[in-house]
Amino acid sequence: MKTLALGLAAALALALPAQAQSKYPERPITMIVPFAAGGPTDIIARIVSENMSKTLGQQIVVENVAGAGGTTGITRAVTAAPDGYTIAMGHLGTFSAAPATYPGLKYDPINGMQTIGLAGGTPILIVAKKAFAPKDLKEFVTFVKANADKVNEAHAGVGSVSWTTCTLLKGQLGVPKLNSVAYRGTGPALNDLVSGQVDFMCDQIVSVAEQIKAGTIKAYAVASAARSPALPDVPTTKEAGLPEYQIEAWNGIAAPKGLPKEAVDKLVDALDKALNDETVKKRLLDLGTVLPTKEERTPAGFAALIKRDADKLSPVLSAAPKQ
Amino acid sequence: MTEMFANLSLGFGVALTLKNIALCFTGCLVGTLIGVLPGVGPIATIAMLLPITFGLDPVGALIMLAGIYYGAQYGGSTTAILVNIPGEATAVVTTLDGHQMAKQGRAGVALGTAAIGSFVAGCFATLIIAALGAPLTKLALLFGPAEYFSLMVMGLCFAVVLARGSILKAFCMIMLGLLLSTVGTDLETGQERMTFGFPPLSDGIDFAVLAMGVFGFAEVLRNLENPETRDVVRTKIGRLLPSWEDIKQSIAPCLRGTFIGGTLGILPGNGAVLGPFASYTIEKKLAKDPSRFGRGAIEGVAGPESANNAGAQTAFIPLLTLGIPPNAVMALMVGAMTIHGIIPGPQVMTKNPDLFWGMIASMWIGNLMLLIINLPLVGVWVKLLQVPYRLMFPAILIFCSIGIYSVNNQPVDVAFTALFGLFGYLLIKLGFEPAPMLLGFVLGKLMEEKLRQALIISRGSFMTFIERPISAGLLLVAVAILVIALLPSMSKKRDEVFTE
Repeated sequence: MKTLALGLAAALALALPAQAQSKYPERPITMIVPFAAGGPTDIIARIVSENMSKTLGQQIVVENVAGAGGTTGITRAVTAAPDGYTIAMGHLGTFSAAPATYPGLKYDPINGMQTIGLAGGTPILIVAKKAFAPKDLKEFVTFVKANADKVNEAHAGVGSVSWTTCTLLKGQLGVPKLNSVAYRGTGPALNDLVSGQVDFMCDQIVSVAEQIKAGTIKAYAVASAARSPALPDVPTTKEAGLPEYQIEAWNGIAAPKGLPKEAVDKLVDALDKALNDETVKKRLLDLGTVLPTKEERTPAGFAALIKRDADKLSPVLSAAPKQ
Repeated sequence: MTEMFANLSLGFGVALTLKNIALCFTGCLVGTLIGVLPGVGPIATIAMLLPITFGLDPVGALIMLAGIYYGAQYGGSTTAILVNIPGEATAVVTTLDGHQMAKQGRAGVALGTAAIGSFVAGCFATLIIAALGAPLTKLALLFGPAEYFSLMVMGLCFAVVLARGSILKAFCMIMLGLLLSTVGTDLETGQERMTFGFPPLSDGIDFAVLAMGVFGFAEVLRNLENPETRDVVRTKIGRLLPSWEDIKQSIAPCLRGTFIGGTLGILPGNGAVLGPFASYTIEKKLAKDPSRFGRGAIEGVAGPESANNAGAQTAFIPLLTLGIPPNAVMALMVGAMTIHGIIPGPQVMTKNPDLFWGMIASMWIGNLMLLIINLPLVGVWVKLLQVPYRLMFPAILIFCSIGIYSVNNQPVDVAFTALFGLFGYLLIKLGFEPAPMLLGFVLGKLMEEKLRQALIISRGSFMTFIERPISAGLLLVAVAILVIALLPSMSKKRDEVFTE
């Protein structure tokens, strides 16, 4: 019995270095999505990872680790062993806004992780209840500034994309103390916007496009550089007279810091191939996603995006009144 | 009218393809199988089985998920009747009389009544959705935060009055539930409350964790303490088909339950959860001899089960017409739809009519299938429950643990479930009912949210709850219920009703 055990141990000892030399990836990769299954980030993660698995020759398993505005899952992912077998799909909130929103954050998105690339951007829209007085964005700006004590803004909870983007808007309009009604998620907030209980909100095109098309709410502008093909009639903030309000809710992949170059390169390549695949492209475009540029698909380009939005958001978010 | 039938025939055309019937059947069967296991209700079941639908086309996937949903719900009733464990909040009421019936050797009739009642309710609810789907959502739109808050106050007052044992104890449990729901990150300010700096608590306590703890684990503990008197019914199941006398007794409760459940189910904010409670109270109030309730009254099974199923189905209305999920199960459905590239909303009906009407038709087929496959299979479910407990309880615990873990992939959730299991055991020992606590917990989060929203919108004036007529009316009903229940003559009667 003892000899057998020794033999096994010896065999294992021999096998281990051999394994370490073989090529990455040799077993399934875990992609942590820090939100519940079915949300916008989860959908994008599943679409992209399915195709990446084909390129890598190993299955990418999506694991939903929800909690604390997504920071629980990202903490787990970027503090894991930097072996390329744990990666994460995070978004604007978890990578750019989190340091200013969560003072006790246990990871550093700027210096403490290895970026892989952007998977897609989702345009943000300023939407209002049908009966809201202002007809266009210019009127909206004047009206909100003049009636800051009467207007109600809705958002999906502190740390959410709608809260982050609307706090930025309020900061830029100079009405940071505007009455702000918190909901648990976009769905309930949208419900009350449709029924006219609240006046306006900012949210991702995925969540609001159907209601805009159905005419139950109205859209003032999309905060992107170009109009969205999904809603060609909605002007950009630049066209409508609020050029400084530019923000997108993007989703992108990151990994723990110290990842071997081989793994980084393979992941970047697999992401790029996935984003060039016609089926993936179509599914992402159907969701209203803006496909990333060549530059944004690289680790450096994605890191620059994270830094740019963090710089834009931190002053506003840190100063946001916590009622 | 003709349009409605044209739409329904389109739906049946979609739902009656061989593939979709097979998917519906699989969904119902698998849903029931897992739903029967104590402590695993529809939410856990769907959460666990969601991944297996990823490979299907959207219509097929939703038909299968709907089947799992109804199957799990039906399985939950089976467990409620045979083992006295409600799979979820809405099955709590079924345990009261259903389990008593089972103890009296009428388990078969209780199961049959539940299945037939559910089927009748399902037929009506399908018609209601088909006919009134669009106009009915206007009712939901009349509800602002103030109305929701008042509605939930009314719901909790009902729960206090309805709970077994002392009103004071029930009140305490509801308050405890409300308190537990406030643990976690404050929605408005992002501040952590009552988390003691412990990160896993920052998102609050998960409903599934609490429910599986106080119902699943605690029940296991109680059974282990005294294995020979374990609550699984060992008497004969008896015949399944209710007698003519039973049918005569159940038909009116069943129709009333369908109406109440169907109406409440439309309200977003999990109005469906109130259906069985409301139906049970009404049946008890209408009964000539209310003392039979809690001792195996067939009306106490027929009414709430019908209300439950009608509500479960009409809860699809806000989801399919507005894209807004009224409860946790519907939220999972949203997830499933979006994964398949369908964004729930007003456009679904016009853009994907095959999906919309196919799903509605499949609801009816699913209900029929449950009736057909479950009545003959009751024996199998009972066998499943009669497996020796020393084999059952590790399996239940492992299954619950896997289920809990699969919700958020957080090991700490499993530990919390165990902790709540101990807590639930303590509650049972001290004579406190855990069900009102769970209801308080479920409604607490939403109540706080709606209270604060209403107050922010009214700029801090509490008058908003009285100035808005619907809200004022609901509050008035709530006060009336409490006053009536506390009247000396009534409270005496109530004690009689609930004493076993």
